[in-house]
Amino acid sequence: MAEQKNFLITEEVINIQEVVDKVTDRNAGAINTFIGTVRELTKGKKTLYLKYDAYVPMAEKKLAQIGDEIQIDFPEAKVAITHRIGELGITDIAVVIAVSTPHRADAFTASRYAIERIKEIVPIWKKEHWEDGEEWIGDQLEKKPYPSGKPEKEDLQ
Amino acid sequence: MIKVLLFAELEEKAGQREVEISAEEMKISDIRIYLLNKFPQLTVINTAMPAINEEYAEDEVKAKAGDNVAFIPPVSGG
Repeated sequence: MAEQKNFLITEEVINIQEVVDKVTDRNAGAINTFIGTVRELTKGKKTLYLKYDAYVPMAEKKLAQIGDEIQIDFPEAKVAITHRIGELGITDIAVVIAVSTPHRADAFTASRYAIERIKEIVPIWKKEHWEDGEEWIGDQLEKKPYPSGKPEKEDLQ
Repeated sequence: MIKVLLFAELEEKAGQREVEISAEEMKISDIRIYLLNKFPQLTVINTAMPAINEEYAEDEVKAKAGDNVAFIPPVSGG
């Protein structure tokens, strides 16, 4: 039986349709999905596979917080996010975000917000495994490094 | 007793995911010092964000017996 939680960390392959079904709504005119996949090349370096780890209860709580934040701006939005952990190969799906809203613009905005926010506050880590080594990847926002090495207070509200 | 959770690089460096500290209460900043004494190789803990009972917390906050403290290295989900 499929998990019915809207904000979920799983070790299983993510079924995109199940995530979409959680936000299906008669008042929705749009469902936007974001699908995050495992990329082979990062800055020219070839990844063989990734391992994701998470602080599961806190990660699910923080995913739910992102849903709450979206509903402040878009009260009619429905949000579901599933993030996979464990070992993932190239092209595997790591995260699926689905947002439904009455009008499409809000669904696009909210979906983008959710993935950016995941990279700020959700305790999930990936370890890249290459032919010649492995490394836990830290902040990958690139455009927004944490000068103090951690999220600032305003990032965590 | 305070339970401390270590993740990702911290877990690897410490060689364990959980540490138990026998104390009634302890400031987060003192827990960092305690862990650095126990695991001198754990310097990356200084870039980790603390959490108490699954919520981000400040270094000055005191954890109490029964609390779950976690040190969250910079995240990289998505």
